[in-house]
Amino acid sequence: MIEIKNVYKSFENKDVLKDISAIFLEGQTNLIIGRSGSGKTVLLKSIVGLHEIDRGQILYDGRDFTHMPPKARKKLRQEMGMVFQGGALFDSMTVEENVRFPLDMFTEMSSAEKQKQVDFCLERVNIVDANKLYPSEISGGMKKRVAIARAIALNPKYLFCDEPNSGLDPETSLVIDALIHQITVDLKITTIVNTHDMNSVMEIGDNIVFISDGALCWTGNRHEILHTDNQTLKEFVFANKQYQKIRDEKIDEE
Amino acid sequence: MNFFYHAGRYFAMLARVFQKPEKHRIFALQIFKEIESLGLNSVGIVVIISVFMGGIITLQVAYNMANPFLPVYLIGLGNRDTLILEFSSTIMGLIMAGKIGSNITSEIGSMKVTEQIDSLEIMGINSANHLVLPKIIAVVFIFPFLFILSVFFGLIGGLMVGPAVGAVTATDYLNGVQYGFTPYYVTFSIIKTLFFGFLVASIPAYFGYHVEGGAFEVGSASTRAVVTTNIMILVFDLILTQILFR
Ligand SMILES: Nc1ncnc2c1ncn2[C@@H]1O[C@H](COP(=O)(O)OP(=O)(O)OP(=O)(O)O)[C@@H](O)[C@H]1O
Ligand SMILES: [Mg+2]
Repeated sequence: MIEIKNVYKSFENKDVLKDISAIFLEGQTNLIIGRSGSGKTVLLKSIVGLHEIDRGQILYDGRDFTHMPPKARKKLRQEMGMVFQGGALFDSMTVEENVRFPLDMFTEMSSAEKQKQVDFCLERVNIVDANKLYPSEISGGMKKRVAIARAIALNPKYLFCDEPNSGLDPETSLVIDALIHQITVDLKITTIVNTHDMNSVMEIGDNIVFISDGALCWTGNRHEILHTDNQTLKEFVFANKQYQKIRDEKIDEE
Repeated sequence: MNFFYHAGRYFAMLARVFQKPEKHRIFALQIFKEIESLGLNSVGIVVIISVFMGGIITLQVAYNMANPFLPVYLIGLGNRDTLILEFSSTIMGLIMAGKIGSNITSEIGSMKVTEQIDSLEIMGINSANHLVLPKIIAVVFIFPFLFILSVFFGLIGGLMVGPAVGAVTATDYLNGVQYGFTPYYVTFSIIKTLFFGFLVASIPAYFGYHVEGGAFEVGSASTRAVVTTNIMILVFDLILTQILFR
């Protein structure tokens, strides 16, 4: 469980996050949704400590990450896995080396054990026969999947994904969503996903945090979102006629 | 104002660079890789430039002292001392700032803008230490060798060109090369190259590490890195000459 309390963050007098509090539960895919530029990436990077927050507190299963000494922070980091917006694979390493890298850095495994874990993770994300390729030689969807494999290599307790679907076709997006959701449930990890993809919201939104202009605007799950009367949220989610229709159908079903 | 801002961030980065690496074996491997990619790949250009410059300096010295009262050994000596004192140390440093420096900025800079550096940090790895320290060690290590290589091939260049165009005989040239040799000149220049190596690795690393934006910004950061490194090399040359040469 990750709990954030009254988080503020600004850059050179530009307030990006304003008093955000939320709880992200274990074994669930927690979504942060919002318009482009609303501060999703900044919030995610603040949660993992890539940005220092100005005010507030971030707790990982009760452990105060914000005021942790660097050594303890570093230790906690090894329980985190993160998938960046562009994948952020290491260009100079092959697919396999990318996934093995965290194992090389932080474990004392033998090379056979490492290979086993690498194969397991790559299998998990359905990457086959690409072990020796470089990131520049694989497709965007594959990059995202390799990035997920790398993020779960050390069996993290917390998984963060920044727009895992951006730049992917709808079908591949669904595959990635399903993958993230399944990993979350199977490994009982706390997963936070940034997205503005409504398909993801409807498919895997166990717990949804909607931010608008850097402020918390609404929280709930994918069922509750259909019945919301929060105007800003409605404008964001149901901007598209298609989604209005889907909503009406779903409400009818219920 | 701007200078102090950058200097502050530069030293803050260095403080993170000089920390204990995570895994020593991986770190050692990284250093060898950098020596190969930054050092061995520079040997060719150092040899070519040095042969030409050695030849040119020899001709210049020879033609500028076309005076029967000046001893001919001055030609070899002039080439030797020019190479040792300034060309193979300082000018080579400036050239390497262009080659190695821009390479370092663009490599680290593109890792920055594609969030690869964030990826390292999120894993709990000190990215400054992991990426920059092997480069600094590698470049500081190879610079004295490049210096010696440059002096050697510069002298060869003189030996090839001088007699070929009839400016000096091979015997006179070689006598000159050995005449009145001051070992301290070499010590002095090797000390300089150690400083230059540090500048050539660390300043471009700083510019790469702090890029914000995309590919365009990486490009302009490379240019700024090379210009800044060049200026700092000249400043250090001045200071070190004043300190070590009095
Ligand atoms: N390092 C930074 N320095 C200054 N301002 C920043 C920085 N990072 C982000 N911002 C600003 O913070 C705001 C939120 O940016 P953020 O990247 O979090 O948006 P986002 O919700 O992730 O958008 P997208 O969906 O397009 O990725 C933007 O206005 C951006 O300009
Ligand atoms: Mg974003």
